[in-house]
Amino acid sequence: MSRAVAIEVSHLKKTYEKVRAVDDLSFQVYAGEILGLLGPNGAGKSTTLRILITLLHPPSGSATILGMDSVKDADRVRKTIGYVPQERAIDRFLTGREHLKLLADLYHLSPEEASTRIPRLLKLVELEQQADRPAKTYSGGMKRKLDIACGLLPDPKILFLDEPTLGLDVQSRLRIWDHVRAMRERGITVVMTTNYLDEADQLCDRIAIIDGGRIKALGAPHELKVGLGGDLVSLTGREHDRVELLAAAVKDLPAIRAVTTTPTGLDIRVDSPEKALPAILEAANRLTCQLEFIDYHRPRLDDVFIAHTGRSIKDDQPKAENQ
Amino acid sequence: MKEYWQEIRALTMRWVRRLSREKFSMLFTLVQPMLFWLIFFGNLFQRAADMQVTQASSYISFLTAGVVVMTVLNNGLAGGVDLLFDKENGFLERLMSTPIHRTSVILSRFIFVTTITSLQVLVILAVAWLLGVQPVTGRLGVAMILFIGMMFGVGLTAISMAMAFSVKSHGDFFSVPGFLSLPMIFLSSALVPLAAMPGWMGFLAQFNPMTWAIDAVRPLILQGWAEALPHVGMVIGVMVLFDALCLYGGARAFRRAIG
Repeated sequence: MSRAVAIEVSHLKKTYEKVRAVDDLSFQVYAGEILGLLGPNGAGKSTTLRILITLLHPPSGSATILGMDSVKDADRVRKTIGYVPQERAIDRFLTGREHLKLLADLYHLSPEEASTRIPRLLKLVELEQQADRPAKTYSGGMKRKLDIACGLLPDPKILFLDEPTLGLDVQSRLRIWDHVRAMRERGITVVMTTNYLDEADQLCDRIAIIDGGRIKALGAPHELKVGLGGDLVSLTGREHDRVELLAAAVKDLPAIRAVTTTPTGLDIRVDSPEKALPAILEAANRLTCQLEFIDYHRPRLDDVFIAHTGRSIKDDQPKAENQ
Repeated sequence: MKEYWQEIRALTMRWVRRLSREKFSMLFTLVQPMLFWLIFFGNLFQRAADMQVTQASSYISFLTAGVVVMTVLNNGLAGGVDLLFDKENGFLERLMSTPIHRTSVILSRFIFVTTITSLQVLVILAVAWLLGVQPVTGRLGVAMILFIGMMFGVGLTAISMAMAFSVKSHGDFFSVPGFLSLPMIFLSSALVPLAAMPGWMGFLAQFNPMTWAIDAVRPLILQGWAEALPHVGMVIGVMVLFDALCLYGGARAFRRAIG
């Protein structure tokens, strides 16, 4: 099934002081979907986003947004997109309503248009009560809601969100997720960056895993997990030699797909846990290979990330991405 | 064009709103030059300053032109600071992601800084008037003083904005005006006429655009049109050159930062 393409990214490259922030990146965003750019800090997500919102000019490659080039047609692109930056880009001295009024003028809305849209947006993000208070009195979650209202003010066809829930408490996060889903319902295409696995898993229709400026995997969360091949049985063994023996023994058992040796034991991909688990345990008993710990789980996005990047996203120390 | 004005008006009003919510900051920036320089410094040196040297009836009357231009200097050099904050907290990026003409952000800042500075200059002239200093060239002279201040202010604000767009950190930004401001004042005719300075200082002061501005403002206050006009003509020429250089640098820094 071919779907309408909202954004076409083709061989994008961008280098900062000899570091390749984005390295030959190509992907498509379909109209009406939520696409998540998932990766650790410094992976190139924000750089990609800034190229798409016309703030960075890529030295090579191109990005087309609704058929318009991000450099040549920058002004037209800016009219059709909304952007919610990573930092709380809020003027603490202005009230929520004044933020929206300012942006209404910058999007050249008529006073009548502005006066219908602004109250509607304040209602949508539940900031009506606080609309006339200076933003410095807002909580983190409220600032984020104002950010989103600002992003929605131009009635965009595509909304770009940079780390929409970074640093928010759980409740605010869930509210923001609801807002993002509501945007999809309204037919808005959403492109967001995140370094939260659960956010990517639960919110995004498709995920592009980005690491070192390259796309390592792209697809719907469940496809990516299925693509790993089977559920995972992780064994922690007591003696290393015995573990090696066990690896050789289980390799050819039925319902076993792949066996990898880990520093502490084995990771075994299995087709059907009902068949595989007894067979693995039986083999371990037969070889007197003592096991300390057995873990069985469906593939998680974390496993997908590790499989494609060779490391866990959590290995990365949280720090501000300054690109 | 209509859209351009809509943007500029909205962005300028944003600066006005911000200022109106920082009442203390507004009060202090207004009071500081008159209090420190005009009232304290002017009275302190009243008897120490030689009337023969200053060629003025009082030191305060001599100093008024200097304080006016110093105010322009300080406001101009600080003119980019709010853009620095905007750059750091991402607000600038938000503005730039909207379909505005790229120059609106800068132009709104020029309009705001120039207006505030002009108001401050008027307050200083009013305080000086209370202290017995009346510009001999009258209202037209005051208008000319504002015009000179505006021309000098544009270049300084451009320098300040260029720095705001180029610096990596807050400290870098604030250290430059801190470093520049006092030498600019001492190496100008603000406090002492050039003729009375040590030779080397007088020599350096000739290259300071501030000296040119003060030398045009001072006769507008003290002497009259006949003495002032040649200086006014000169300062306009100097300022056109100064502004062109600063605006060129500012535009380059802006383009580098914004793309």
